[in-house]
Amino acid sequence: MSETTHSGPMLAADGMPLKRSLARALRRQKLRALALVAPLLIFVLLTFVTPIVSMLWRSVENQIVPETLPNTIVALQNWDPTAGELPGEDVYAAFATDLVAAVDAKIHTKLGTRLNYEMPGISSLFRSTGRDVKKWNLETDGPFKEKFIESDKDWGDIDVWKTFKRYSGNYTSGYFLNAVDMENTATGVQLRPEDQRIYATLFIRTMWMSLLITGSCLLLGYPVAWILANLRASTANVLMILVLLPFWTSLLVRTSAWKVLLQQQGVINDLLVWVGLVDDGNRLVMINNQFGTIIAMTHILLPFMILPLYSVMKTVPPSYLRAAKSLGATNWTAFWRVYFPQSVPGIGAGSILVFILAIGYYITPELVGGTQGVFISNRIAFHISTSLNWGLAAALGTILLAAVLLLYYVYDKIVGIDNVKLG
Amino acid sequence: MSIKTVNIPTPSLTGFTLPINAAAGALLGYLVGTAKHNPLPGVVLGALFAAALAFVLIRFAPSRAAGRIAGAVITGVLGAVLSGVAGLVFGGIVGLVLSWLAYWLHSSDYRASVPVYATKGDVLWHNTFRLICGLIFFFLIAPIVVVIPLSFNAEDFFTFTPAMLALDPEGYSLKHYQDFLTNPDWLRPLKNSFIIAPFATIISVSLGTLAAIGLSQSHVPGRRAIMAVLISPMIVPLIISATGMFFFYSRLGVFLEDTLHFSKDLSGYIKVILAHAVLGIPFVIITVTATLVGFDRSLTRAAANMGAGPVRTFFKVQMPLILPGVISGGLFAFITSFDEVVVVLFVGSAVQKTLPWQMFIGLREQISPTILAVATILVAISIALLATLEMLRRRSERLRGMSPT
Repeated sequence: MSETTHSGPMLAADGMPLKRSLARALRRQKLRALALVAPLLIFVLLTFVTPIVSMLWRSVENQIVPETLPNTIVALQNWDPTAGELPGEDVYAAFATDLVAAVDAKIHTKLGTRLNYEMPGISSLFRSTGRDVKKWNLETDGPFKEKFIESDKDWGDIDVWKTFKRYSGNYTSGYFLNAVDMENTATGVQLRPEDQRIYATLFIRTMWMSLLITGSCLLLGYPVAWILANLRASTANVLMILVLLPFWTSLLVRTSAWKVLLQQQGVINDLLVWVGLVDDGNRLVMINNQFGTIIAMTHILLPFMILPLYSVMKTVPPSYLRAAKSLGATNWTAFWRVYFPQSVPGIGAGSILVFILAIGYYITPELVGGTQGVFISNRIAFHISTSLNWGLAAALGTILLAAVLLLYYVYDKIVGIDNVKLG
Repeated sequence: MSIKTVNIPTPSLTGFTLPINAAAGALLGYLVGTAKHNPLPGVVLGALFAAALAFVLIRFAPSRAAGRIAGAVITGVLGAVLSGVAGLVFGGIVGLVLSWLAYWLHSSDYRASVPVYATKGDVLWHNTFRLICGLIFFFLIAPIVVVIPLSFNAEDFFTFTPAMLALDPEGYSLKHYQDFLTNPDWLRPLKNSFIIAPFATIISVSLGTLAAIGLSQSHVPGRRAIMAVLISPMIVPLIISATGMFFFYSRLGVFLEDTLHFSKDLSGYIKVILAHAVLGIPFVIITVTATLVGFDRSLTRAAANMGAGPVRTFFKVQMPLILPGVISGGLFAFITSFDEVVVVLFVGSAVQKTLPWQMFIGLREQISPTILAVATILVAISIALLATLEMLRRRSERLRGMSPT
């Protein structure tokens, strides 16, 4: 065979241009990787991301009003709420039609509950009038304006109709306003009266106590991480068990341990009374208040501070400190100017991790926090299971989620999400 | 240190060892005195006793071990004279502590881990620092340890009864364990936990391992975004996950019951298992990815070279090597589900009540000492898990040590 010189592109063994052959192999590799990831990705999207998105949607969703009162909403469009006059007979007639249909479908109380969040009292209005409406005949029993006001004089209250008009859209900002202690009144968006503002206090308390917990974790975690990183490996491994055992022990076990320890008739109080530091008559109240929450959560979250700190400190060569000292630095200068700056990434990672975990905590504050030591998450749980104001729960959850995602972003920038280590 | 040419002078007996030992003795004597309602004599006698003990041990004891045993015996007998069996045990411990302290001070062991050039201040700070660390370790572990003896309490109290402190067998009983193992209020949740956690673990481990292998390939489009989505169940606070799942899974339940005609119980279990599986996934992803970082890719190429197909390569070559990571990821997923209460509280119904849920109710409403028995059992389980993980870590290190890098 005669030797041919290729002037065209380089060819692979099967005669295909090498470039295309490589691109094809790369594509196949990418597809295979994606095929391996796909089942889990779909699973997480379906069972986790969708629920979260549905929660976000629920925090602004208001379809119950336009769906239940379609005719009234149309009729209300021509009414000017600022004029200071009640709507006309057409609105009342349309409302009667809607209400009769709603009572038949037994959904009028739901609507009442929904609007009650915006204007207290509407719920009972719907319930009482709902009973009367059953006897009405839509064809003959006019005019309805008088009939409604006769049934309950509050139907003559202009604020009720203003509320209807304000919350007639498919979507509402009402829950979010509620979640930040504001309300949408006739005169525009404004802060609630002083005595009704609870969420700002709760958000501030959640942030402040999480900060305190993070601070105390750092204070306790730093020396421990230091000593673990600077001891001989065999000793450090043994001591590490003391950090990992709490980490692996059930959260409820640790919470119940603190409940047992901190009670007024508990171990710590007994010990203090026995030693004579505290009088038997006035034992310390250490549980069902902020102190209980802070100390129990510090204990629970401490391993999450120690482990990242330890992994960073492990990489700081001990010779740096010795070098600083041999150059004449005092112990404090050597630590503060040489060692501490190198441990800052660990402080950042640990602090953000502990803070993220702390602001979303529910179980421990619920069990040892009493009324003064609860977090925003306890309020969310309350709205889900007791007050059933799900829209507000979703709005509070959304705000909390936004805060956590922001911190998560910062964490990713500092540590990188791939670098999370466990145990 | 192998080179010890600098001679550290033996500390002065009367100026250093005896006073410090006396101070420690005074502190312990104060405690004993308080128990006997006579704090002041306790302090004086304690200080005198500790100083005398240190003097005798250092001057006359033939060896350290003998000295320590003698110290323990003397103090133990004294304790027994004061308050019986409990006195014997506590006295023995006190004796060990005091004699250890005497030797530790007198033989200059207290400055063994500081450089020879350290000043007195340095040595003092070094040992104070160690003491502080010891106290923090105590803070970490004590709450968990305290629960264990309390769970054997014969009374329905949450504190040590006088009978328990006197080490009287009458003060201890297994009745809370008996209650746990016979009461259906506890047995049903236990069973539920052992149904839900394994299924959730299987789902998260199988899907998670596959995905981790996919993610560790060299070319994955959108790797960071995918990773962020897969890790998110760990980052989003549980209460928010629970809120979202509460809304969504109730609709899923309606679908399962009405369209697929599942029974109410079965659909309830499915909902909880799916919710727990997704919560466990980040742990599997993180641990398996970490193991795969150390995996030598040329091994799979070598297997392919010798004619093994991808499936065979996976099970014969890759799987045995990453198995420790997979198992520890599985343990994490298991404990996540086994320990989870917020989500199951919102997603499950009373039929799916798990062990943590029952504990949560018990702690919130009528706190019963059975909880302490359950807690002790759970602590035992976590010790077993910790030991397993440690073994796996060592095995993984050994395997990695053998593979060429």
